[in-house]
Amino acid sequence: MSAPATQPAVGGKFAIEVEGLEARYDDRVILENVSFAVKRGEIFFIIGGSGCGKSTLLRNMVGLVPPAKGTVRYFGRDFTHAPSQERKAMLRTFGVLYQNGALWSSMTVRENVALPLELYTDLSRREREEIVALKLAQVGLSGYEDYLPSELSGGMRKRAGLARALALDPQIVFFDEPSAGLDPITSLKLDELILHLRETLGTTIVVVSHELASIFDIADRVVMLEKETRGVIAEGDPRHLRDRSEDARVREFLNRRMEPVETKGDSSA
Amino acid sequence: MNGVKVVQQSAVEIEKDSPEAHERSIEAGSGAEAIFCSFATAEKNRVRFRARWSGVNRSLPPASRGETPGRKFWSLSGGVWKVANMSESASNARADVQLADGVLSVRVSGDWKLTGERVDWHEVVARTMERGDQAMPHTIRVVAEGLVDWDSSLSLFLRHARAGAEAIGAKFETQNLPKAVVELMDLLVKKERVNAESRLPDLFTAVGNFAHFLLRETKDIAGLVGECSFSVMRFVRGQAQFRWRDCLTEMQRCGAQALPIVGLISFLVGVILAYQAAAQLRTFGADIYVADMVGVAVVREMGPLMAAIVLAGRTGAAFAATLGSMKANEEIDAFETLGVSPVDFLVMPRMAALFVMMPLLAIYSDVLGIFGGMLIAQLPPLNIPPRLFFAEMQTIVDLSDLFTGLIKAATYGALIGLSGCLRGMQAERSAAGVGQAATAAVVTSILLIIVSNAIFAVIFNILGW
Repeated sequence: MSAPATQPAVGGKFAIEVEGLEARYDDRVILENVSFAVKRGEIFFIIGGSGCGKSTLLRNMVGLVPPAKGTVRYFGRDFTHAPSQERKAMLRTFGVLYQNGALWSSMTVRENVALPLELYTDLSRREREEIVALKLAQVGLSGYEDYLPSELSGGMRKRAGLARALALDPQIVFFDEPSAGLDPITSLKLDELILHLRETLGTTIVVVSHELASIFDIADRVVMLEKETRGVIAEGDPRHLRDRSEDARVREFLNRRMEPVETKGDSSA
Repeated sequence: MNGVKVVQQSAVEIEKDSPEAHERSIEAGSGAEAIFCSFATAEKNRVRFRARWSGVNRSLPPASRGETPGRKFWSLSGGVWKVANMSESASNARADVQLADGVLSVRVSGDWKLTGERVDWHEVVARTMERGDQAMPHTIRVVAEGLVDWDSSLSLFLRHARAGAEAIGAKFETQNLPKAVVELMDLLVKKERVNAESRLPDLFTAVGNFAHFLLRETKDIAGLVGECSFSVMRFVRGQAQFRWRDCLTEMQRCGAQALPIVGLISFLVGVILAYQAAAQLRTFGADIYVADMVGVAVVREMGPLMAAIVLAGRTGAAFAATLGSMKANEEIDAFETLGVSPVDFLVMPRMAALFVMMPLLAIYSDVLGIFGGMLIAQLPPLNIPPRLFFAEMQTIVDLSDLFTGLIKAATYGALIGLSGCLRGMQAERSAAGVGQAATAAVVTSILLIIVSNAIFAVIFNILGW
C-alpha cells in the first residue's frame, strides 16, 4: 500500500476536535454549543433522531458550510479559520462518503477514483490505474472500472464512493448514513469494511447514522444530538449509554422503545 | 356465552370454535347479516354454514382468498376473517332520509364501497327538498342501520353531511356508526384546521420576501461572477484545474450539435426579413436596398441573437439541469470536500465552451440568414440576382458590423453559460428543483441577452461602430 499522500499531522491525541460549534440555516439555529473530540483511530458515531442536525453537523465539520460560531480542528490545527491554501491541504486529510456515493455521473468508476490522484499526486497514469484497482479491490468492486455510476446498484455506488474517498489514503473518513437504502446484509458488509479499514490503516472513522445495529456493532463512542436541545445530550460508549444513561431520551433511542412518562427530572448527560 | 358474541345488532362473532358454538351462532344470528369468525373456523364449518344459510341465498363463499362475484370474504386486522352479508337487497349503499320535528335523520345501510355505487350527499338533500318540506332541520342525524361494510366512501359522505349541517347551522350527530368511521371523519376535520392556518403571505410580507429574493439573487450573481473571475485568474497563472476534455465535450454539444437548428432558424429569419423589407421598400421602388437591410440586420443583430436564443434554450437549460442534478446527488459537495472548486471544474469549461462557440455559431448563422434573404430576393417580385444582391450588400456591410456581431455573440455565450451554471448551482436538492432550475436558466439567459443587447446598442451608437 502506498504511503499516505498527506504528511502526518502535527501532534495531539485527537483527530478531530469540535468546539462550541453553532450551525444555522438563515435565522434558524440548528445546533448550538456543540463540543466533542474524536480520538485517533476511533470509530465514532454521530447519532440522533431525524431532523436533529446530524447531517448539518457533518456538513459543518467537513467545511461545506462554514459554522456560524465555533471551531473545528483536525489533528490540533484549526480548520475553520485556516487560510484557503492550508485549508485545502487539510481537506486531503479526510475523505467523505456521501449518502448515495455522490459519484460524478459523467465519469466512469475508474475516472472517479483516479481524479483525486490525478489532482493531488504526480503518479503516472499506470500507477494511478494500479491504485484504482487496489482501492476497488479493497471495497470488493474489482472489475467494475469501466462502469458508469448509473449502471451500478445502490450498494455498489456506495462502495465505489468509498473507494474514491479512500483514494488519497486519508487519515479520517466520514460516512454519511452509510446504511441508508441498503439491505441488512449489504450494510453489514459495509460495517465490516469500516472495521477492516480501521484495523489495517488505523483510519479514524466518523459515521453519521441512526442504525442501531451498526452503532452497537462497530461504534467505539457516540455523541447523541437532540432536536429540542439543539446539541449534544449524551456522549460515550453506546452500550453503556443504552443501559445506564440518566437521560430517558438516550435510553429510549438506543433501546428502540418508548419508556413510560417519568417525572421531569431528566438531566442531560 | 359458549364462545359466541353478538357484536352488533346485526352481526355475531364466533370467538371459540366448537360445534356447540357454531349452533349457537346460527341461533343467535338468525337475524344477523354478518358473521365474524376466524379463517380456520370459517374453513372448518364451511359445509355447515352453507347448509344452514343457503336457504336464504346466503351461501358461504369458498374459503379462499379474495372475493368471488357478489360475495365478499376478506381479512380484518388481527387475522380475523369476516364473512359479510350476501343478501342482494343490502348489497348497495343506501341513504334513506326522513325529516320529522326538525330532525333530518339519514339512515345509511348496505355496502359502502368507493368502487361500488355511491350515494352523494347533495342528491340526498335535493331529494328531501323536492318533497317541499317546510322548515330547515335544526339537527342532522346519521344513523347506521343494516350497514354491511364501509370504506372511505362513507367517511366522505359523512364529511359532506357535516359540512351541510354546518352550512345551515344545524347540529350534527351520529348514531350507531362504526367507531372507526367516526375517527376517520374526525381526522379529516382536524386536517382541515391545520390547512386553514397555512395561508398566503399578506402584501407586506410578500413585498418583503420579494425584496429579500432580489437581494439574494444579486448577491448570488455577483458571487458567481466573482468566482469566475478568480477562476480565470487562476487559469491564467496556470493554477486552475481546467478540464480540457469537459470543455471539448461541451463545445461539441453546444456548437456542432446545434448547427442544424441554428441553421434552420437563421435561414428562416433571413427569409422573413427579406419579405418584410421588400414589402416596405418596394413602395419606394427601392427594391435593391433589401440586400442592405438584410445584410446589416442579420450581421449586426439577428445572427448572434438567433444563435443565442437557440443556445439559451438548448444549452443553458442543459447546464442548469446537469449541475442541478449533480447538486441533488451531492456530487458538487464531493468536489468541494476534495478541495476542488466546482467553479473551476464545472462552470469554467462550460462557459469557455460557449464563449468560444457562440461567435462561430454567429458567423454560421449570418451566412445562412443572408443566404435566406438572397434566395427570396432572387424570386419574384424582387428578382434581384444573387450576384447583385451580394455586391449591394458589400457596399454597406463592413468588417466593423461583423465584429460588433461577434462581440455580442461572445458576450451572449458567456451570459448563457453564467445563467445556466448559476441556476444549476442554486437548484434545490430535488427533482422539482432541477426542473425549476432549467426553466429559470432559460428565462435568465434570455433576459440578460436582451438587456445586454440594449446596452450594446447604446455603446456602439456612442462609439459610432
